[in-house]
Amino acid sequence: MTRLSVEGAVCRHGLLTAVRGVSFALEAGEVLCVIGANGAGKTTLMRALAGAHPLAAGRIVLDGEDVTGLGTHARLRRGIAMSPEGRRLFPDMTVRENLMIAAENGRAGDWTLDRVLAAFDQLEPLLDRPAEKLSGGQRQAAAIGRALLANPDVLLLDEVSLGLSPAAVEGVYRALGEIKETRAMTMIVVEQDLTCALNFADRILCVTEGAVALEGRPDDFTRAEISNAYFGIHEKESADA
Amino acid sequence: MTRHAIAGIPRVDRQLIAALLALFLGLAALPFFGSALIVDKLTLLTVYVTLAVMWNLLAGFAGLVSVGHQAFIGLGGYFALRLVESGVSPFPALLVGGALVLLAAWPLSWLVLRLRAAEFAVAMWVLAEAIRSMVMFDPLIQGETGRSLVALNAIDPDLRRNTLYLMGLATAGAAMALSYALLRGRLGAEARAIRDDAEAAASLGVSTMRVKRIIFLISALGCAIAGTIWLGSAITYQPRTAFGINWSVFMLFMVLVGGLGSYLGPLLGALLLFALQEIFGDFGAWYLAGVGVVAILFALYAPRGIMGLIADRTGREPLSMQARLTRQGEA
Repeated sequence: MTRLSVEGAVCRHGLLTAVRGVSFALEAGEVLCVIGANGAGKTTLMRALAGAHPLAAGRIVLDGEDVTGLGTHARLRRGIAMSPEGRRLFPDMTVRENLMIAAENGRAGDWTLDRVLAAFDQLEPLLDRPAEKLSGGQRQAAAIGRALLANPDVLLLDEVSLGLSPAAVEGVYRALGEIKETRAMTMIVVEQDLTCALNFADRILCVTEGAVALEGRPDDFTRAEISNAYFGIHEKESADA
Repeated sequence: MTRHAIAGIPRVDRQLIAALLALFLGLAALPFFGSALIVDKLTLLTVYVTLAVMWNLLAGFAGLVSVGHQAFIGLGGYFALRLVESGVSPFPALLVGGALVLLAAWPLSWLVLRLRAAEFAVAMWVLAEAIRSMVMFDPLIQGETGRSLVALNAIDPDLRRNTLYLMGLATAGAAMALSYALLRGRLGAEARAIRDDAEAAASLGVSTMRVKRIIFLISALGCAIAGTIWLGSAITYQPRTAFGINWSVFMLFMVLVGGLGSYLGPLLGALLLFALQEIFGDFGAWYLAGVGVVAILFALYAPRGIMGLIADRTGREPLSMQARLTRQGEA
């Protein structure tokens, strides 16, 4: 069953076209990793999916409903939640408040505060600490937990490993792996770390200069093909090198 | 869905609330023993408190920095004047005139709340000037000349003075009570989330426009009623004064010096402005320069205002609006 489909998405920042005709479809429970170099348009694509950036063309369909014209909070009600790039916790608020705002405004479902605290056990002793005083890994855990509390059908995770220590990255992906195993949630993960992306994804989507350069299962491609697509190196350039 | 409860109020804060209520009741009895001069002066103080609390609600909690809320002060006065001219009794006209401002604030909110921070601030100022110009076109107002609320002169001066004072006190009390109730609840947490990061708040399902609109309309209503009470006290309505940028400067001063985003800061800021006016008001332009110097000193050495100084010294902010949400059953 197709959970989410993106058809010919185009996004612009003024005169710059950041996303150029991107299309893909995801089944329920599937995990897609979006990879690409800095400035490739990954974050713009994620923001467009969440409703934070308007589409200049194309459409987004969730469970058969066209949600293109809906705003961010309306899409969340339909089941799309995002953990944005940079975590973007509310610095002035405690971890508990950050989580509870999501729980209060989100949908009913299996993800409760207790379940989030079980999935990210480092959060329990930090509940009454202001978010601005968390480490990078703790912030990422809180940001993902916050998005989970909205009980989404589609979870968007932007730049999961960016700025985290290897141990923190491992911890976050371990928790995400357990969520993935349940196959209850479709995930789109923006990841610059190729190893993390290839290990975690069911499918990868490589974006170069806003357009899809490569799409498929990680096993479908050699590492060199993925690297070339990632850095926007064409076959001829690659052969010349 | 996880439901929230509001955390219990710490004992110190409960004592502070009791002290504030006692002060309120004491002030309500002032007309029975206070001189006319004191009642008049404290009426102005209640206006300042209301304005500061409303502006803090807007800027300190929802992140909407307006330099045009004098639009609602002036418009409230204008509507009250129009109602009195059409035969409505003056005191009800002051309240109804203030409430009628919502008719203007509601459509304006659809326009200005879509703007970003700096654009919002400028747009509010431009709107205030535009509304002032339109009011001046009214033959009743006669341009810069203005109009007096002559119907108030027909009322016994003591009754007029005391009624206006009690209206001002009730408005200030209601503003403080309402903002306390709102900010301690879900709306307050959502407003702070929007102030910190509107896009992240929206991505968590917070209807940013709804929250901002509620706060914008409440602040407009509060400023308008404060404006009508000030008009009742001044009697004369002149567009240049009623829509003057001075109101925004005063609101900004009171909130920044008292402590932006704190609950009690605006009250302390209003008291400081009032004291400065009382002490230095006779020095004309020097008084305004003094207010400016105080603001600069606070910006340089105490950017979190008086409440920040208190929090640094005591380790906690009295009646803080932070960390109030808790899980149901933990309250």
